[in-house]
Amino acid sequence: MGKVKVHRASPSLDMTPMVDLAFLLVTFFMLTTKFAPEEPVAVDMPSSISEIKLPEVNILTITISTDGIVFFNMDGKYNRQELLGKIGAKYGIPFDDQDKEKFSLLPSFGIPIQGMKQFLAMSPEERKLVNQTGIPADSLNNQLADWVVFARTTNPGLRIAIKGDRESNYPIVEKVINTLIDNRVTRFNLITNMEKGPIQL
Amino acid sequence: MSEVSQQGGGGGKKDGKVRSKKSSTKIDMTPMVDLAFLLLTFFMLTTTFNKPQTMEITMPDKPKPDDVVPEVNEKKVLTLVLGENDKVYWYKGITDPKIEVANFSADGIRKVLLTQNAQTKDMIVLIKAMEKSKYKNMVDILDEMNITDMKRYAIVKVTDVDKELVKESNL
Repeated sequence: MGKVKVHRASPSLDMTPMVDLAFLLVTFFMLTTKFAPEEPVAVDMPSSISEIKLPEVNILTITISTDGIVFFNMDGKYNRQELLGKIGAKYGIPFDDQDKEKFSLLPSFGIPIQGMKQFLAMSPEERKLVNQTGIPADSLNNQLADWVVFARTTNPGLRIAIKGDRESNYPIVEKVINTLIDNRVTRFNLITNMEKGPIQL
Repeated sequence: MSEVSQQGGGGGKKDGKVRSKKSSTKIDMTPMVDLAFLLLTFFMLTTTFNKPQTMEITMPDKPKPDDVVPEVNEKKVLTLVLGENDKVYWYKGITDPKIEVANFSADGIRKVLLTQNAQTKDMIVLIKAMEKSKYKNMVDILDEMNITDMKRYAIVKVTDVDKELVKESNL
């Protein structure tokens, strides 16, 4: 009987260009992405107009959190293993190869050397729960100085970067800077966020 | 629906030709696309584009005992004292200074630096950070040095005299 059939366009459409684009973007992001290493504290960096980029390798980072806790980090797996050996020898704490292996994979840490062996024995999940007290940087017990000195003997091309929180008090930063100067590190970097400079007339 | 199309296809049988049944060349791409977009979203959200900037500073070596300390004309010295609550106190000269306060905005310390620099040839800026100041203040003031293109500046320890001055000024 006289039924009028409405001609319908096919509901399936050609998705090929979209898929091409999607995969292009996936490939791009997969290749450009670099996973940020996990940090024990979130640091909100101050901003500056400086446009010097931080180099990717040979970096020693000293992180200072809001409450003035000092963390240490260095890149280079084998350098780190060597560094732990040297530090252990100075403080009379023997670290075996297993400790060194674990240490080489550690993110930033703020643990006095005396507690390091115990800290390394933990699983990564347990380490997150540890309340890190920071690396002592006082004039009486300046372990930070030893870390810096031994790190520089291990890797002479090391650049030192200070990553301080905006709200951390200046005296603690001053203490870190003085520690560096005392060990003849006079050139170092302050890690900052980018800020737009005023328009130059 | 499918029956209709089969019937239509069956019409060919009348010719007596045997047609090999071809499977469709189109495959359902939906799951693949789902996965592709899932990955795309994941990488887009986890990626961080801005590499951190750094500010390079070079501090002087510790003075050796036999080093001759260079003498400077005190009229050329501008002292900035970083205080609490993002305040910066400044004064010109050393003896009997007149202390004033400014903030970190473009109309604050930047203006002071530019006007003072225009008035004084070879001005030397001393930056002194008090205990209550924040790291941010120090980075900001170093940044101002770059912005205003100061040639000579130094980070110095704050003295008791400066603390007194700031306290007396009540600014």
